[in-house]
Amino acid sequence: MLLAIATISLMAGLFGLILGYAAIRFKVEGNPIVDQIDALLPQTQCGQCTYPGCRPYAEAIANGEAPINQCPPGGQATIVALADLLDTEVLELNAEHGEHLDVPLLAVIDEQTCIGCTLCIQACPVDAILGAAKHMHTVIADECTGCKLCLPPCPVDCIEMVPAPQTIEDWKWTLPPALEPSQHA
Amino acid sequence: MHELHRFHGGLKLDAHKSESLVRDLQQASLPARLYLPLKQHIGDYNKPLVAVGDRVLRGQMIAACDSPICAPVHAPTSGRIAAIENYPVAHPSGQSDTCIVIDVDGEDEPAEPMLPELQHADAQRMIELICRAGIVGLGGAAFPTSPKLSRGNAHGIDTLIINGVECEPYITCDDMLMRHYPAEVMRGVGYLQRILQPKSTLIAIEDNKPEASAAMAAALAGLTLDNTEIVTIPTIYPSGGEKQLIQILTGKEVPIGQLAFDIGLFCQNVGTCVAITRALEQDQPLISRVVTISGDNIREPGNWEVRLGTPISHLVELAGGYLDAASAYLVMGGPMMGFSLSGDRVPIVKASNCILVMRDETIPHSPGHHDECIRCGKCTEVCPANLLPQQLYWHARAQAWERAQEFHLFDCIECGCCSAVCPSGIPLVQYYRAAKSEIRAAQKAHARSDRARLRFEFRERRLQQKKQQEEERRRLKREALQKKKAGGDASVQADPVQAALQRVKARKQAAAEEGTP
Repeated sequence: MLLAIATISLMAGLFGLILGYAAIRFKVEGNPIVDQIDALLPQTQCGQCTYPGCRPYAEAIANGEAPINQCPPGGQATIVALADLLDTEVLELNAEHGEHLDVPLLAVIDEQTCIGCTLCIQACPVDAILGAAKHMHTVIADECTGCKLCLPPCPVDCIEMVPAPQTIEDWKWTLPPALEPSQHA
Repeated sequence: MHELHRFHGGLKLDAHKSESLVRDLQQASLPARLYLPLKQHIGDYNKPLVAVGDRVLRGQMIAACDSPICAPVHAPTSGRIAAIENYPVAHPSGQSDTCIVIDVDGEDEPAEPMLPELQHADAQRMIELICRAGIVGLGGAAFPTSPKLSRGNAHGIDTLIINGVECEPYITCDDMLMRHYPAEVMRGVGYLQRILQPKSTLIAIEDNKPEASAAMAAALAGLTLDNTEIVTIPTIYPSGGEKQLIQILTGKEVPIGQLAFDIGLFCQNVGTCVAITRALEQDQPLISRVVTISGDNIREPGNWEVRLGTPISHLVELAGGYLDAASAYLVMGGPMMGFSLSGDRVPIVKASNCILVMRDETIPHSPGHHDECIRCGKCTEVCPANLLPQQLYWHARAQAWERAQEFHLFDCIECGCCSAVCPSGIPLVQYYRAAKSEIRAAQKAHARSDRARLRFEFRERRLQQKKQQEEERRRLKREALQKKKAGGDASVQADPVQAALQRVKARKQAAAEEGTP
């Protein structure tokens, strides 16, 4: 009887130690599901989903606070990928948040009109605008995500969103035209 | 006799080689203008080194970049830079790309060659010279040769394979090159051996090129190259594909996701060997190549040694013109793997091995629609990469890119065997190409979004830090103030207002005391 109690207590203590060690040794930093959701989002950081960036939106999805159809830059492809990851139903993109564009946008500053107020630099979520106070600003085209967040703060409306220029490298082969209904049917 | 192996599938095709072999190799005349795309290789874009109005000499470097995978562009002849502008280029999209346009002055004045001391050059130095000469693989892929050599050199090479196979119908440029420049090919092989130190070298030539084989054998006899053998292989399409040729010669398969030098092999085209010889011996960069012009709509099919940048229309003129200009359909490359061109303004580039001029009627156009797959399995039988073309087709059609990748879509060499045998006329390769480019675009977008995430997170961190620093500064200031205040209570002088009030109080008190007695 005593031996049994001692053995069980010893084992309980031992396993407790192992579990305690494992909890420290194999601790998962952050929430892995948030990382997985974040990896599928387009990282435009545009806030059209009403969250201040892609990661906050990913957190909201992970907590079940937001549906998966609030990301216009990602479009249907992102919704399908999210639905696949979370094993939920594929939804239509919620039009309230905006429209999906096939060609990404690029901000272009009209350098003649720019007064160098630095407001757009502060608004850019990915530090893609270069310039200093009272000096001309310019957009680093390769880094611009096309989020439009630089538009509202500009006091002289000198920023324009244009479709990102497509080079010969961006060209894609297209699938052959869809099958016509079989004539033998 | 070297033991040969077989690869899976493949096709016996109508060769159509004799048309362009009736005439000897000819030197193409210089056109009035040359159009040199900034990028004629796989890798990064070159930047122009010249400005509009500059005079350039033959062999002068006019565009380069500092990326490791790069092949500079050189002026093919002397002349003046007329423009640096968008011009239609040889690309399946039919789009334009930046080209350097040279107004040819006809003097063909060479730049001063810097003859290297070849006797003492080590592998590194030779690779550098090959890089400077802008040499790319001339078999058609146009991958820069110098990075390939560096990596081959680092891996250690067992067998060097020289590819003189040229298995696609109509194309005869390598055949012609081997007949005309066998000694240069062989000396190039010698330089490759010096760089790579292979244990053995195999020069593969198909059995439908006996003249080229004989010329190469004669050239080999005149040199002392160790363990070098010319191997005649049977004519089966696509035995000229790198992986297929490796399988024929060694029986080995290049594992998925690896390259030839991962298993100790190194393939190089015969044309590249000639370019290497010229670069090392005469300091002549890659400014010309042998091009086949053939097909059923050209008057005098043949082979020309053409300066890069020559418009195809000039070459067509040299070949006697179109038989029926109205129905001319131009293809760059062969009928199996080539792509159609937007017109004859397009210039010859480093990758142009053949210009096929066909009649519109005889080209099997990718039809507006095709019949349903009847699951006959013929495509699987002929696939030289041992894939399941039918499965790939279903997944590509359903846009199930991940599933297609699971079926090794990226091991497809786009040889076109499956499309050629399909009884339903399904343009299978087009499905695979579309799937590949969709996947590549997605990967590119993903890389871009990863970068955006990093930049966003960095900015967040920076703002956080700034906020913390600001708070820290405020805290310190507040503390300093409180300290000062605490100190001020101890000595009255610290607070001037209190001091003044006290002084007034003291004076009033003194006055009151004076008044009382």
